[in-house]
This record gives sequence, C-alpha cells and structure tokens, in this order.
Amino acid sequence: MWAFIHKLGSPKWFYTISSRLQPWFWGLAILLLLVGSVWGLAFAPSDYQQGNSFRIIYVHVPAAILAQSCFVAMAVSGVIFLVWKIKIADMAATVIAPFGAAMTFVALFSGAVWGMPTWGTWWVWDARLTSMLIQLFLYLGVIALRGAFASRDSGARAASVLALVGVVNIPIIKYSVNWWNTLHQPATFTLTERPAMPMDMWLPLLIMVLGFYCFFIALTLTRTRNEILRRESAKRWVRELVADTGRRG
Amino acid sequence: MNPKRKQRLMVLLGLATLAAIAVGLVLYSLSSNINLFFSPEQIVKGEAPLEQQIRAGGMVKEGSVQRDKESLDVSFVVTDYASDVEVRYSGILPDLFREGQGVVVVGKLENNKILRAGQVLAKHDENYMPPEVAEAMQGKMPTETLE
Repeated sequence: MWAFIHKLGSPKWFYTISSRLQPWFWGLAILLLLVGSVWGLAFAPSDYQQGNSFRIIYVHVPAAILAQSCFVAMAVSGVIFLVWKIKIADMAATVIAPFGAAMTFVALFSGAVWGMPTWGTWWVWDARLTSMLIQLFLYLGVIALRGAFASRDSGARAASVLALVGVVNIPIIKYSVNWWNTLHQPATFTLTERPAMPMDMWLPLLIMVLGFYCFFIALTLTRTRNEILRRESAKRWVRELVADTGRRG
Repeated sequence: MNPKRKQRLMVLLGLATLAAIAVGLVLYSLSSNINLFFSPEQIVKGEAPLEQQIRAGGMVKEGSVQRDKESLDVSFVVTDYASDVEVRYSGILPDLFREGQGVVVVGKLENNKILRAGQVLAKHDENYMPPEVAEAMQGKMPTETLE
C-alpha cells in the first residue's frame, strides 16, 4: 500500500494520470457551471421577501464552501508534505492557496453586496463575517510566508505549518452561526438536513456547488501540472517530454 | 510507518491540538463579547450596559410598529417571546424590515425597557421560498395549487 502511495506522489506518474483526468473535470465544470448559473440566475423562482437579490446565493454559497474546502485540502497537503516529504503534495498546496484566497474574497464580496439591500449594511462584525475575514488573511499569510524564504523547502515547511494551525478556524466559521448570535443566518445547505427552500431553488444551487468543485479540481490538476514542469524542468523525463512535444508541434 | 515519520506526524498533531486548545480558550473567555447582540431578555434583566452603544436582536412584534405621520420617526417592540424592549428610531428602515421579521438594532439603552436606535439591520433567516408558495402558505391562494 505504501508503494502505491509513493507512486502516487511521483511527479511523472501524476503528470501522466492527470493528463487523462483533466479534460473530464474541465468539461464537467463548464457544463455544470453553465447549467447551474443559467438555471439559478434566470429560471429559479425569486424569493418572496428578497426578490431577485437572493440569487446571489448561487455564487456566494458555492464560493464559501469552496473557500473552506480549499483550506482543508491545503492543510492536508501540507501535513502529507511535512510527514512524508512528498513533493507533489507541496505543489498542490502551492497552487490551491491563491484559488482559496480568491474564493474567500468572492464569498465576502458577494455577501457584502447582498447584505446592503437585505440587512441594510455592507459589513457587520459578527462572528461569521469576522472569522471569514480571518480566513482570507490566513490564506494571504500562507501565500506570503511561502514566498518569504530564500529556500523553497523552508518556505514550504513554514506555509504548511501555518495552514495546519489555520485549520482551527474552519470549525469556527462553520459553527459561528450556531454558537453565537450573529446577523448572518444559519446554513442554508447542509448534508444532514433537508434544505430550507423548495427544490427548484436548491437544485440549481447543488449544481453550482458541484460545478465549483469540478472547476477547483480541474484548475488544481492543470496548475499542479504546470508546477511540476516548472520545478522538475531539470529532470530527464521533463526534457524528453518537452523535446518530444517540440518535435511533434 | 518509520519512526521518523511517526515522530513528525506526532509533532504536527500536537501542534494542531495545542493551537486548537489555545483558540478554544480564547473564544471561551470572549464568548459573551462575540455575540453580536443582546436578546431582549438579557436587556430587561439588566445584563446590557446603559448609556453605551449596544446591539439588540430579536423579532419585531406583530402590530407594534408605529410610524410618525410627519417625520421618519418610528417605534416598534423587539421581542424574543420572553421579554419585550421598545425601540425608537428615526431614519430609513431596510427593505426586509417588517413585523414578525428578525432585526438587529444598534443604539443606546435609555433604561432597561427603551432603546434609542441609531441603526436598524434586518436579519434574514435561512428559509427561502418563491412568492407563490409564501402566498399559498398564508392561505391567500386555494390549497390545491400548492403542489
């Protein structure tokens, strides 16, 4: 079993496997995002109180879910890198961080735009909003820390440790709306309970969430492949690959 | 797993646990400060400071909203179904403000019954529904069309 995991961690093997996987994820992501956004933004019924402004949920909720999933993925990759010294895990963590930061920003921004008409304010320092802002800073910290070292290995180790410690924030974000009084409403979408909206409202939302996940996987695969080529550019198999592509192209 | 890796894994797990404990303790000691607002029950009991900017949250009591005809002055009662606090406000209310809706008001307590608000925020719950369904639930439409 360990042999298999080590094989999984080999950049060359990953490069080969991911070249077969990535078109599927890209295709699925484009399809789901197209269907979900057209359905959600144009065809789903409007809300009885908020009217059309509730449609921001179709971007806000998937972005917020992704922002947290990315952080966990980044921290897990960090632990794998720290304990088993698997380079590919660090490459993945490197490329996930900016995407996660972007998703956090999208969630915060779309929430602020929705908050203005609905709550009457762009921003309020409640537990959910504040913990989400902390997560954005954690992402930026991880990115900055990685770049702050002259040696890539030291940067990678420091960033992994920060990511791991930052995971503590994830349950705080998730349960902030249950533990404290907040202006933010409790979760609309949970795995355990029936959603608090009719099917023609939550089905497009589910499609959007899946679409965001596929987009995340596709983008991570593609960017990790680029990262492999960049870091392993001195290796023989990469040179051969480039020479081969050059001849064919 | 070889001993060196095991040791590294243990160190990391220890680090994460310590971080979690530290954050947990901080949150525990701050718990009352993290709450965004006081409930009417807390205010009536005198747990909220007077003459200081505070937030109060609850439901707008049905039939309690009174608007001044000449100005933007409005008063309403915020309730958590245990206690009531009267709110006086002058300004524009958010779109979602209505009776039976959750609100968070920012302002100063005049005494433990009356709050002079500087800002009123509408609190939305996690329920969403199309207008037709909402109407049907209020019995304005024949029930056969509910499906």
